[in-house]
Amino acid sequence: MSARLAGALALALFASACAGPALREETVVLLPGPDGRVGQLVVQRENSRQVLDQPYAANVVRSDGRLEGARVSEQQVSQSFGTTLAALPARATTFLLYFLTGKDELTAESTADLEKILADMKSRPVPDIAVTGHTDTVGNTESNDRLSMQRAERVKQFLTGIGIPSDRIVTAGRGERELLVPTADNTDEPRNRRVEINVR
Amino acid sequence: MRWTALLIASALVPTAWASDVGQVKVSKGTVHVEREGARLPGNVGMPIRQSDTLVTGADGSLGVTFADNSLLSIGPNSVLSVDKFSFNPGTHEGSFDTSLKRGTLAVVSGKMVKQSPDAMRVRTPASILGVRGTEFLVKIEEPGK
Repeated sequence: MSARLAGALALALFASACAGPALREETVVLLPGPDGRVGQLVVQRENSRQVLDQPYAANVVRSDGRLEGARVSEQQVSQSFGTTLAALPARATTFLLYFLTGKDELTAESTADLEKILADMKSRPVPDIAVTGHTDTVGNTESNDRLSMQRAERVKQFLTGIGIPSDRIVTAGRGERELLVPTADNTDEPRNRRVEINVR
Repeated sequence: MRWTALLIASALVPTAWASDVGQVKVSKGTVHVEREGARLPGNVGMPIRQSDTLVTGADGSLGVTFADNSLLSIGPNSVLSVDKFSFNPGTHEGSFDTSLKRGTLAVVSGKMVKQSPDAMRVRTPASILGVRGTEFLVKIEEPGK
């Protein structure tokens, strides 16, 4: 290769490196949740980091690499993302079931909830159910993990008993990791001894 | 201490969804799932696994519910790969990485993000989005627009 050609090639490579690959424009928009609460989204790009924490706050990267903060309207969101948002699956519905203290029976209210769970399932195209057992803080982690799993399995039996196929139900034991009512360790708290159902 | 708890919990929690990490709940128009080189129909009810790529045509859109209750949907002309999904329903620890290669994406984060705010990431050609318990939208414009 002649020195001249090599030089021209190097120059061309240098120029293309400077221009960088042509970027496709990207837009990120933070949405408020159904309860109006807004989370946070950290947008990390080569040389920048921006945190979105306001409803309808947006971050746009232009094709030349420029970054722009922006705020979009609900109307712009439905224009650009209407079809996408329409394809979001229905959110999970949550039910809390309780056993009668010291018994292998659900409370009257929870027994009535079984019917509501069934009705909720029927409103969904391919419903499945996550059943998660919880305990209070009496006992150690290991025994509560076991106990919470047993509660979940027992509720699964109630659900299959009303005709829900068992392969549509997953069970888990969360032990004492997620207290509904915060308490000290070794506290007898009936409201924490519950089974959470997510229909989805 | 944390690891001990995690190991015990993992042993106790049966993985009923074994390799399935989510399920297609909404499917419209031309939609398919790429898995290990095969092109599978993305019908409602189709189980989704780690390493799947979700693809929609010009008239397509697709919505998936994942094991931790997170919801994702893509609009027309979109490609989203599910790079990584792990979730322990006992401890709520896990990680969830997806890449939007083209098109539009809507995300509602789930249980694992409540447990650990850095558990979920979405990559785009130009960015990495860290999800801190939130709902958001992403759009990649087609070249020339």
